[in-house]
Amino acid sequence: MSRSELHVLWVAAVLASATTSVALAKDYGLGRPATPAEIAEWDIDVRPDGQGLPRGRGSVAEGQVLYDEQCASCHGTFGEGGPHMALAGGVGSLKTATPMRTIGSKLNYATTLFDYIYRAMPFHAPKSLTIDQTYAVSAYVLHLNDILPADAVLDQDSLPKVVMPNRDGYTRDHGMGSVNGKPDVHNTLCMKSCEKTVEITSQLPPGFTEQVYGDVSKHFRRYSAFPGAGEAGGSASAQEKSAGGKSQGLQLAQQHGCMACHGLANRIVGPGFSEIAARYQGQADARTMLMDKLVKGGAGNWGAVPMPPQTAVPETDRQLLVEWILRGVPE
Amino acid sequence: MKDKQPKPGRIIPVPENFLSPADISRRRALKALLAGSAAAVSGAAFSGDESGGKLGVPPWSKSLGKPVGANPYGLPSEFERHVIRRESPGLTTSPHSSVVFTPLQNLFGIITPNGLHFERDHGGRPDIDPSQHRLMINGLVRQPKIYTMDDLLRFPSVSRIHFIECGANTAMEWANVSVPTVQYTHGMLSCAEWTGVMLSTLLDDCGFDRKRAKYILAEGADAPSLTRTVPIEMALDDVMVAYGQNGEMLRPENGYPLRLLVPGVQGVSSVKWLRRIEVGDQPWNTREESLHYSDLMPDGMSRQYTWIQECKSVITSPSGGQKLLDKGYYQITGLAWSGRGRIKRVDVSTDGGRNWRTAELQDPILPKALTRFRIDWHWNGEPALLQSRAVDETGYVQPKMRQLREVRGTRSIYHNNAIQTWKVDPSGDVHNVQV
Repeated sequence: MSRSELHVLWVAAVLASATTSVALAKDYGLGRPATPAEIAEWDIDVRPDGQGLPRGRGSVAEGQVLYDEQCASCHGTFGEGGPHMALAGGVGSLKTATPMRTIGSKLNYATTLFDYIYRAMPFHAPKSLTIDQTYAVSAYVLHLNDILPADAVLDQDSLPKVVMPNRDGYTRDHGMGSVNGKPDVHNTLCMKSCEKTVEITSQLPPGFTEQVYGDVSKHFRRYSAFPGAGEAGGSASAQEKSAGGKSQGLQLAQQHGCMACHGLANRIVGPGFSEIAARYQGQADARTMLMDKLVKGGAGNWGAVPMPPQTAVPETDRQLLVEWILRGVPE
Repeated sequence: MKDKQPKPGRIIPVPENFLSPADISRRRALKALLAGSAAAVSGAAFSGDESGGKLGVPPWSKSLGKPVGANPYGLPSEFERHVIRRESPGLTTSPHSSVVFTPLQNLFGIITPNGLHFERDHGGRPDIDPSQHRLMINGLVRQPKIYTMDDLLRFPSVSRIHFIECGANTAMEWANVSVPTVQYTHGMLSCAEWTGVMLSTLLDDCGFDRKRAKYILAEGADAPSLTRTVPIEMALDDVMVAYGQNGEMLRPENGYPLRLLVPGVQGVSSVKWLRRIEVGDQPWNTREESLHYSDLMPDGMSRQYTWIQECKSVITSPSGGQKLLDKGYYQITGLAWSGRGRIKRVDVSTDGGRNWRTAELQDPILPKALTRFRIDWHWNGEPALLQSRAVDETGYVQPKMRQLREVRGTRSIYHNNAIQTWKVDPSGDVHNVQV
């Protein structure tokens, strides 16, 4: 074997091992090349510089027909909004207390309008508009915002040149663009006497939660009947007393508005609770009878004024109220 | 911190309050049935709170349960049926572009069960057949490629625990209190163990242009084909193309069969139902990073590409809508997280921020993941204002609401990471308030 032959062999061996290690690190042999046709079909994004805009054209007039058919029912005939967001108006409102975020008032590039309509609109039938139709609807929405005149036509060359009113309304000068960014708001690690006064500045109005969200107490876990009932350490009086110092029965009677007609001891419209207790305590059917009375309401036992049915009070609470009465109305 | 001897305390306890009338009558019927047959044996039906000082033997201790494997895919106990995601009434105008919130008040630890991970869709939730799903990578790459799900499952995989928080989490509280419970104030927040391929692995596999690549675009396969720009340094750092969520495939609500996961960054960037990644040299200014998901400042300027979720925490128990029935011992517990790394410390105040004590952090304390904190509290029955304040490893301290407002006003919608206050009334009722 000649010297040059040896050299060739050596080079070949080095090359082979290099190829092998590259293959191990990089080439998983997974996936396949995407074809130009596949890329063209899926790659529909458009950048502010116009990259990605397909060839095509559409006029404001063509856009109006499409808009009235397919867009106005959600966004309003003039883009003033309807069931969904307003597309026009609000220019200059962004620094006020009631900012309107529309295409005219907030969007910085018309290319984004085209991109979004083409990929996502109409909401119920996205990707159903042709390229020309998308240029036309974009043109009409810009016309609704007085950005384009009524005779305007948009295409891949003119769209990126449209200057939106809020073109310069965005900044990247903030600390949230990077994990190493500098925060704009600073608090300290004070531990003692940090605030001179603490004032509640906002809370929900009474009744709001019940009205809008229903009984949110049901969004929490709760398993046992009484705190410590039947368990070691829970004396009868401790069970009865709640954190507010009132018995659970008294709390429920107040919560459900029972006290409007029944005093604790005294008659108001109906009998006092302790009067009811005195009459029925010890009777075998008292529980059933009182439960029934709460559901059906009625008059006769204590006078002529009828009690309305209390079905709005949850059954569990009705049971707790009856038990409370039959235990002698502990406060 | 533990100077007072804990006494037993309870969070409202009424047995059947969370059962529907149908449940209650079913339970009653069952009870009556068992009472009839069991009474002969023991002489007493089980009812802990009704029997005269006896615990009784419950029916499930006296009958054979369901056969093994009765539920091939297990579900929570029927008694946990109230632990669900919920929409906030009136928040959105379309049920297809809406959000359901995670019930943070009900959860333990740091992992969100898959059925309770918050869901935000922008154009409905697609049901994707994984055999038909493809991921395309194109743009500034030497070889644009298409991957099947089988391809992606063969790549080297990683599993990491990260939170996802919507940039608009707590958005309703910028100007004033407007929702009652932690589910609605903070429930666009979840945390899972995600499994997938590092995006850098796939970008390398396509030979991306290291010199010119500055950003990537991620695109979904849902109706609006949602798109977001991600800077290349994040994309190469810890971004994943994920298919696994807490040991199983992603739930449809969370992007089945494939999603992007951009740790520490507002949730919209973690594009669900991921179908395409494009490599480019400029950001795309998509609708969800210009018209929306940009933070409006008092001077009318919008901060764009506000990716990072800054350090934040919230007490999940006791929290708004809950009721404390007893005085005595409670463990205050909650969650802390930071898009910039690990949680270093959490302090808790029970007097509206006058005085603070440092809480205990539960292991593991992971970067860009939820961290559970806890602290003992002996409630004396007097009004209390509960707050938590988190610090991350960069030293950043979670701000007060008024500090945030001084800089950002009240109209920015996104990135409200203020200290949350819960007011405890002497009655034991807990309310959402601001101080």
